[in-house]
Amino acid sequence: MLLIVDAICLPGFWHLEIKDGHLYGPLIDILNRAAPLMLASLGMSLVIATRGIDVSVGAVVAIAATVAAMLVNAGQPMTVAYAAALGAALLCGAWNGVLVAGLKLQPIIATLILMVAGRGLAQLLADGQILTVYQPSFFVLGGGYWLGLPISLWVVAAVAVTTTTLLRKTALGLFVQAVGLNPVASRLAGLRTGTLIFGTYVFAATCAGLAGLMIASNIKSADANNAGLLLELDAILAVTLGGASLAGGKYHLAGSLVGALIIQTLTTTIYSLGVPPEINMVVKAMVVFLLCILQSSELQPMARRALQAIRPTKRPPPGGPR
Amino acid sequence: MNRWLHHPAFSAQVTVALLLLLLIAGGIRYPGFAAPQVMLNLLIDNAYLLVLAVGMSLVILSGGIDLSVGAVLALSTTVAAWLLQQAQWSAPAVMVVVLAGGALFGMLQGALIHFFRLQPFIVTLAGMFLARGLCYVISVDSITISEASFVEISQTQWSVPGGFVSPSAVIAVVVLGVGIWLAHRSPFGRAVYALGGNEQSALMMGLPVGRTKLLVYGFSGFCAALAGLLFGFYMLSGYGLHAQGAELDAIAAVVIGGTMLSGGYGYVAGALSGVLVLGVIQTLIAFDGTLSSWWTKIVIGALLFLFCVVQRLLSRPVSPTA
Repeated sequence: MLLIVDAICLPGFWHLEIKDGHLYGPLIDILNRAAPLMLASLGMSLVIATRGIDVSVGAVVAIAATVAAMLVNAGQPMTVAYAAALGAALLCGAWNGVLVAGLKLQPIIATLILMVAGRGLAQLLADGQILTVYQPSFFVLGGGYWLGLPISLWVVAAVAVTTTTLLRKTALGLFVQAVGLNPVASRLAGLRTGTLIFGTYVFAATCAGLAGLMIASNIKSADANNAGLLLELDAILAVTLGGASLAGGKYHLAGSLVGALIIQTLTTTIYSLGVPPEINMVVKAMVVFLLCILQSSELQPMARRALQAIRPTKRPPPGGPR
Repeated sequence: MNRWLHHPAFSAQVTVALLLLLLIAGGIRYPGFAAPQVMLNLLIDNAYLLVLAVGMSLVILSGGIDLSVGAVLALSTTVAAWLLQQAQWSAPAVMVVVLAGGALFGMLQGALIHFFRLQPFIVTLAGMFLARGLCYVISVDSITISEASFVEISQTQWSVPGGFVSPSAVIAVVVLGVGIWLAHRSPFGRAVYALGGNEQSALMMGLPVGRTKLLVYGFSGFCAALAGLLFGFYMLSGYGLHAQGAELDAIAAVVIGGTMLSGGYGYVAGALSGVLVLGVIQTLIAFDGTLSSWWTKIVIGALLFLFCVVQRLLSRPVSPTA
């Protein structure tokens, strides 16, 4: 399965990378733009690995962005603003976690609540306005560079490396997988499934909060109404493209990152080609359908049956090659 | 008493009780709120949502979910507007094409879900991208509908005791009736409930699982297309941004109406109480006039939370594994 995923991800990735030579935006630009999505996808990977789903990512983005912009405009130091924004995101994650792990609501409906109410909360905080930030130090996270690379990329790399190390070097990764594969069995085996699931939602929301900061910093404002709109769907898409199963128990952090890159590259390519930008939704939909079908376990027997049905009738042409 | 509290129908009864409470509170607080026409307007303004919710009810009863309905609604308005204005088709032909198209779209999603064993969530999510994208392929701008019979339908008012209703409201009530009959009186409905209760058992009992799944998503697609026509009458325009997030409103309405998201239990009639609850909240906020639009979202989120918790705490366990 991993091989299939790689085969799917890599050719597409290479294909688009070669194409980039003809595009106006350099590869770095795509990476920079993909950074928030990559972060959101990292968080979503773990949630999906535990059989969950988090549709509140976009709302958390809006909340974090608004909180940060408000505090910066109120003259608070940057660290306070960032800490408060991440704290707010953390709270959102804790809320989701309590609903899913504590009250045992279905993840989609539990996070749907925050998805609906969260954006309203962000608008309430911002009083329905788009908060523009004029403080230059706020722009560093989304637009600054360090050692020639955008700071946002360093942040994504840091989060990705930390998470991967944590999951690989400790048993945590195994636990997450176990919970996704069979929650009952893992609980019986002595895993604290509730705490683990709670943790994944907190992690996902924190990632989303960081993504929100990045987006706000990049566009130099916080728009409670539009920030992170549909980001959750893109993140789910990225994770699925990366080869994770929505049924849980399987995740590839690197795959999710590549998935996020594919989506952003797709979007950028379509923008650069001068095609109406909305068409990228159609393309995205097609890619998802295709990937899902290719990943489906039903495909192989189905293809074999189809081949068997064809074979008896297929006769090699006389004199033809084999 | 205890038995009644733990009866699965309890959460549906809570909804109706709360709805009445909301109406009474509104009637006391705001003069003119309890006027018959205000109540009829609830139905007129939310006719499209009721139709969506009826389709969604059956999908959720079968244990699935359909995220594409809002986008299919928008696509229907766009296609109808384009065919009427640009291609100069006659209104009946447009209606037939749109309804058939919606049903076909839904059935294709059902086919993907059934034959490839894909998750309904991801398939209909991709379907949502596809339908919204197709809207923009047809037209990036809003298309005004000025065709005579559409305008006439939109302006028709049928008087009933206490005021008037629009044809859309009557159509919505008819759809609700059909939905109730389908779910509770037809063999198809029994198969839907069985499927939602336990797919494996349904299959072993010899129920037509595949056909039911296809029909359920086909019916939902048909409802979404019909809702699109109703929305077209209401707005007299076709636009890709119409009814954004309507799928979540429909899901919320179904859940508030007392249907289990895990499938297999609920009433189609609950869709009406769910839609009315959402409508009354919005009417209350409109009558108040001092509450901002974002309070609507926060209140809807809070109510959704309340209902999910009530459902979770008071009703029987959904399944032993949950």
